[in-house]
Amino acid sequence: MPEVSETPLPGVGVRHEFVTAGGERLAVITHRTGRRELAIYDRADPDACTTVLHLSSDDTRTLAELLGASPVSEAVAAVQQRLEGLAIDWVTVPAGTRFIGSTIAEGEFRTRTGASIVAVVRGGTTLPAPGPDHDVEASDVIVAVGTTEGLAQLRALLVS
Amino acid sequence: MLAAAGPEAAKAFIEIGAVALALAALARLAGGLGITTIPFYLLAGLAVGKGGVAPLDVSADFIGLVAEIGVLLLLLTLGLEYTAEELRSGLRTGLVPGVTDAVVNFTPGFVAGLLLGWDATAAVLLGGVCWVSSSGIVAKVLSDLGRLANRETPSILNLLVIEDLAMAAYLPIAAALVAGLGVGETLTTVAVALVAVAVILVGALRFGTRLSGLLERGSDEALLLAVFGLTLLVGGLAQELEVSAAIGAFLVGLALSGPVQHRAANLVSPLRDLFAAVFFLFFSFQIDPGDLLGALLPGAALAIVAAGGKLLTGWVAAGRAGVGTAGRLRAGSVLMARGEFSIVIASLGAGLADGQDLGAVAAAFVLITAVAGPLAARFLKAPTPAR
Repeated sequence: MPEVSETPLPGVGVRHEFVTAGGERLAVITHRTGRRELAIYDRADPDACTTVLHLSSDDTRTLAELLGASPVSEAVAAVQQRLEGLAIDWVTVPAGTRFIGSTIAEGEFRTRTGASIVAVVRGGTTLPAPGPDHDVEASDVIVAVGTTEGLAQLRALLVS
Repeated sequence: MLAAAGPEAAKAFIEIGAVALALAALARLAGGLGITTIPFYLLAGLAVGKGGVAPLDVSADFIGLVAEIGVLLLLLTLGLEYTAEELRSGLRTGLVPGVTDAVVNFTPGFVAGLLLGWDATAAVLLGGVCWVSSSGIVAKVLSDLGRLANRETPSILNLLVIEDLAMAAYLPIAAALVAGLGVGETLTTVAVALVAVAVILVGALRFGTRLSGLLERGSDEALLLAVFGLTLLVGGLAQELEVSAAIGAFLVGLALSGPVQHRAANLVSPLRDLFAAVFFLFFSFQIDPGDLLGALLPGAALAIVAAGGKLLTGWVAAGRAGVGTAGRLRAGSVLMARGEFSIVIASLGAGLADGQDLGAVAAAFVLITAVAGPLAARFLKAPTPAR
């Protein structure tokens, strides 16, 4: 899996970018409103974009569907194959936890446990790669990747 | 007030209604042309002000108060725009571009003020007018031109964050100068403002979730009223302490964080649009159209120098992010537009001896840069990128 880099855009949201196998640089901007932009960089001027697609939340889901139904599990499988010692776990958010209503960034889950949240399943729909601004809600299923210890810590943290 | 809904109120309603409709038409026109509404509102203010084509009878006191609320809401939404985390990281990474920005853009305005024969206070205000880019216009231009993903964009947005934070020091200084306070008192108000900003930043980072949780639970209606009330209350208290009401409102915006921040921003923005429109209108309402004509030349000269200043700022800021020539030029050109904040600063000096001239030059300057800036951003290109 190519390396994805993350850049915060103050007042706008977050930008994730990576280089495709074909050498094209791609970026996804996640606006705070949930709107997404898909941008392809110019080969002549690597700082600018040639194509920018504006996607509503619906468009994003449709596109994700068309590109492959379960991008998350595919990605996780790839990570697991590459890195021994990494595990994946599904943690249901209990109703009483103090993290309800706070965002993933505010929870500082990765800082505290080393485990990364790669997806959130809410009411039957899966949100792959939730942004740091994503809110944690009761009975969300958090899909996290990390060491076995890290995942145990994450589970303990959420239950506390 | 309510009981007096007699002929006088009827006349006021008709006038306010007609003006609001005219502003609505202008806002649509601006939207169609793809430029900001601020220059249109300023021109409309000239038309209905002293010596304009259709002077209004509504009491200036009433419009003045509504306009003041507009300033508070503008500053509130500015504070709401960035999370505490973004402000902190902006401070960490953006110091060099921020200082460059302040030096190369404040200085021309200040010097221009002195050259026009104004006193130092008015010159300091013109420096501020010249310094601050319009975060509203810049964000809109970046989004309209599809440049949010560009590599220079984070440095541009960071610079806007720094400018906002710098205002936390500048506004109290300006307010103290305008109030004619001594050096000691000026330093005190600045210190008070800076300590308040620091306390609120730290507080928002550590306890933001809990703080906002208190407000979060209520209905939209309750939240809107709470935020509006807090803004006016804190603004008023800040004004009592001579720290400038604007900075108080800005601090309220900073203090709100987490989910409630975005909810409040969405709720307040229509209210802000309404009151801010009155503010821009009222600002040029007080300007004699003849003065504005006379101010066009200095305004244009300053706009040209200030465009150079922002080009340099963008060049430095984007260069630090490792962006190439074309991107560095784009960064500078996007930053050229001045807008709401410049007018807010100029309006602080309305009561000064040179206040009339300051208002006219600031209006001319903003009219020029707010229209020409986005055009420059669109059309300024590097001479074919070297490969």
